[in-house]
Amino acid sequence: MTTTEDEIAPAFPAPQPNEASTPYWRALDEGRLTFQRCTSCGNAWLPPRTECPKCLATRWQWETALGRAKLVSWVVYHHGYHPYFESRLPYNVAVVELDEGPRLMSNVVEADGGLRLEMPLELIIQRESGVALPRFKPV
Amino acid sequence: MRGNVVIAGIGHTAFGKLPGRGTISLNIEACRNALADAGIEKDAVDALLVKPPTSNPQFMYGQTLAEAMGLQPRVGGAWDQGGAANISLISFAAMAIEHGQCDIALVCYADNPRTGSRHAYEKAWGDDAAFGWFGVPAGYAMLARRHMEQFGTASDQLGAIAVAVRKHGAANPKAQLRKPITLGQYRESPWVIDPLRRDDCCLVSDGAAAVVLMSRERAKQLGVRKAVPILGFGQGQTSWEVAQRHDLTSTAAEVSGATALKMAGLAPKDIDVAQIYDCFTITVLMTLEAYGFARKGEGGPFCEGGRLEIGGALPVNTSGGLLSETGMPGLQLVIEGVRQMRGEAELQVPNAQTCVVSNQGGIMHTHSTLILGQWQ
Repeated sequence: MTTTEDEIAPAFPAPQPNEASTPYWRALDEGRLTFQRCTSCGNAWLPPRTECPKCLATRWQWETALGRAKLVSWVVYHHGYHPYFESRLPYNVAVVELDEGPRLMSNVVEADGGLRLEMPLELIIQRESGVALPRFKPV
Repeated sequence: MRGNVVIAGIGHTAFGKLPGRGTISLNIEACRNALADAGIEKDAVDALLVKPPTSNPQFMYGQTLAEAMGLQPRVGGAWDQGGAANISLISFAAMAIEHGQCDIALVCYADNPRTGSRHAYEKAWGDDAAFGWFGVPAGYAMLARRHMEQFGTASDQLGAIAVAVRKHGAANPKAQLRKPITLGQYRESPWVIDPLRRDDCCLVSDGAAAVVLMSRERAKQLGVRKAVPILGFGQGQTSWEVAQRHDLTSTAAEVSGATALKMAGLAPKDIDVAQIYDCFTITVLMTLEAYGFARKGEGGPFCEGGRLEIGGALPVNTSGGLLSETGMPGLQLVIEGVRQMRGEAELQVPNAQTCVVSNQGGIMHTHSTLILGQWQ
């Protein structure tokens, strides 16, 4: 990419890892989607936090998701709210529930057959401007 | 305390584009109009409660406004709850009046996203921006999709809400958008974020509104013209982000509505007219379900057949709501509720005795409910 293109290409709105989420993004970079599980009450959650939102305990551990999930809901953008995404309109954003329980925002890719509620999905980690993102495709 | 506190005055600015006007100036105009409507001198006010401007939140905004109005109120400040804050502030003021903490309260709100910044409505949702997750409409579209897929709710049923509210707004000379639409025109309205079309989305507006509250006894002493008693109020906070909710089609609006109805001693069947927060059409449908006007999942059919239009079984947003009167979030719905109870609305529901008003904020993160009745 030339310098000129760098200057005019819209910047990717990259995640901003913080104290809680740095291990999450690092694991994705290594090819694993992880979530937190409370060692006191067993609750599992995303996005990363410093306390269990169920029992408020500070003791939890990271677990690796097996990558099976289902589609909870989705939308299709026809309006670009950020210049980076304008060139890919229309695109979907979906709420996905992992088999282990935690839910996350994502995109469903390779969905030529269309989307339907509760459809089974599997994890596919894709790089976007160098950042590993957890996306999903129909099983 | 049912009926012990009244709304004694209402006021607002023009709605639409108000270039060059700051929110303090807009708030003062609305408060001046509300005080004049109540026949109250400014110096009688000893509580000033304000919803902070969505598009430009500021530290100690309530105090900045009090200084600009030359007030040192006993009770004052701002409450951050998005659009639900208006009714939450009214309910707080009512409790403060009931318990002797203040005598006469002003509750107000102003914003200028139309000629100022719309950033608050279009911004990213944290790290999920990496997936292209931006803007307030997307969250409502996510709830709408789930409702449609789970219950068979149809796009035309959302369209029926837009048709009803736009019809009412067209009859309101002070509405920002006075353009009725047909269901056919709704169907041709472009997608913003599928399943929501442009005509599912509220206006973006500059403007301000204010109400004056006092006890029923005080209103009698002061000879206030047509004070409107508050019969009930409630709140419910869903709080969680859309992706984290176990059930995308249920919100704490259920708790809020049930609390207000219980306080008022009323059931949904006793409500004559409704002002339901319509930032998006799906919000109306889900709120009507949450309040018990329709069973869960049956909000779609309920909204059809002109039921929400003037002359229908439950006229909704009789001055045009956020879709047509002004996108200014929430307080104008309370003002139209007051006009209906006074019998002075542009589109008056004949013999309306009770009105329910909903306010909410975020992506249905927050909710508050107000029930108004008749002076007796």
